[in-house]
Amino acid sequence: MNPQVNEDRIVLTVEQQRRRRGRSIAIALSLGLFVVLIYAVTVVKLGPAVMIRPL
Amino acid sequence: MSLASESADLARPLGSDLARAEPSLAGVEDYLALLKPRVMSLVVFTALVGLLVAPGHVHPVIGFTALLCIAIGAGASGALNMWYDADIDAVMTRTAKRPIPAGRVQPGEALAFGATLAVFSVAALGTLVNWLSAALLAFTIVFYVFVYTMWLKRSTPQNIVIGGAAGAFPPVVGWAAVTGDVSLAPVLMFLIIFFWTPPHFWALSLLKSDDYARAGVPMLPVVSGLEETRRQILIYSIVLLPIGLSPTLFGFAGLVYGAVALVCGAMMVALSWRVWRERSGPASPSAARKLFAFSLLYVFVLFAALLIDHELIKFGLLR
Repeated sequence: MNPQVNEDRIVLTVEQQRRRRGRSIAIALSLGLFVVLIYAVTVVKLGPAVMIRPL
Repeated sequence: MSLASESADLARPLGSDLARAEPSLAGVEDYLALLKPRVMSLVVFTALVGLLVAPGHVHPVIGFTALLCIAIGAGASGALNMWYDADIDAVMTRTAKRPIPAGRVQPGEALAFGATLAVFSVAALGTLVNWLSAALLAFTIVFYVFVYTMWLKRSTPQNIVIGGAAGAFPPVVGWAAVTGDVSLAPVLMFLIIFFWTPPHFWALSLLKSDDYARAGVPMLPVVSGLEETRRQILIYSIVLLPIGLSPTLFGFAGLVYGAVALVCGAMMVALSWRVWRERSGPASPSAARKLFAFSLLYVFVLFAALLIDHELIKFGLLR
């Protein structure tokens, strides 16, 4: 399971790459959910008035 | 030797564990396990009931946000608990397969994960819902991590009695998310979980006392013996019966809840009595196992009954 050393950098095993990809996807989904949540809460708290402002 | 290990030799004088860290083997499921999803389910459910039975209206999006923040805060507490208790978890059969002792997650990863989620959940609850509920959530996390995990758990057999307060706060946080205050009703919900915790955990510790002894955790059966633990379980279950009924007695819940609380409370006392009576032989662990299993059901059923009762009264189907 240990990563191989290739000259001056670490080469991840296939399993390590698979798990890193899983973590990356989970972080991306979490950030996406967070953006949607902030958007929804903003609309709920401010309502339609969010678009009405003096120019 | 990997490159990470070689570079660690250079970094060792700095004392940094991160410098020696191999590339992470943690999968998404390991990070989810750090959040203690089974504990989280109880937290979310009791917080949901606190939120729904509170007077006043909360927009579903705000309610969902509050629940999400409470769930993440509870998960953060679990991750920080697993980070600090990795040494204990490693020698206990029940916990040896957790992500840190199993070597799938590095302690530093769990610490960073838990601390980030803790700060995020409190900040989000405060800015998106209200600051009283955020302060209560912050207090819950601090209490669970610093008071229970770092102090009480390793120093006193009353660890889970006092530490149980952390698990009792979620319905109060849910209530405060709607009302912005704390009144008698959420305090009663707090007390139900607070007095339910000792018989629940001590039933488990009766079954796992060897584990706790090996890990050096001063659980009641290890310090005071099985006999005293059985006596304390029975006492707490008897005290729990009227406390379970208190929402009806104080007029906060109706008779449907009262009937359910009476039956479930009587079952807790009966099963605790059996644990107290069956002191040896094959029936002894079986009695503790049945009490532990029922105690899990008890808190879910009571809070579900509280919610159903509240809805029946709200729609005029019950007085």
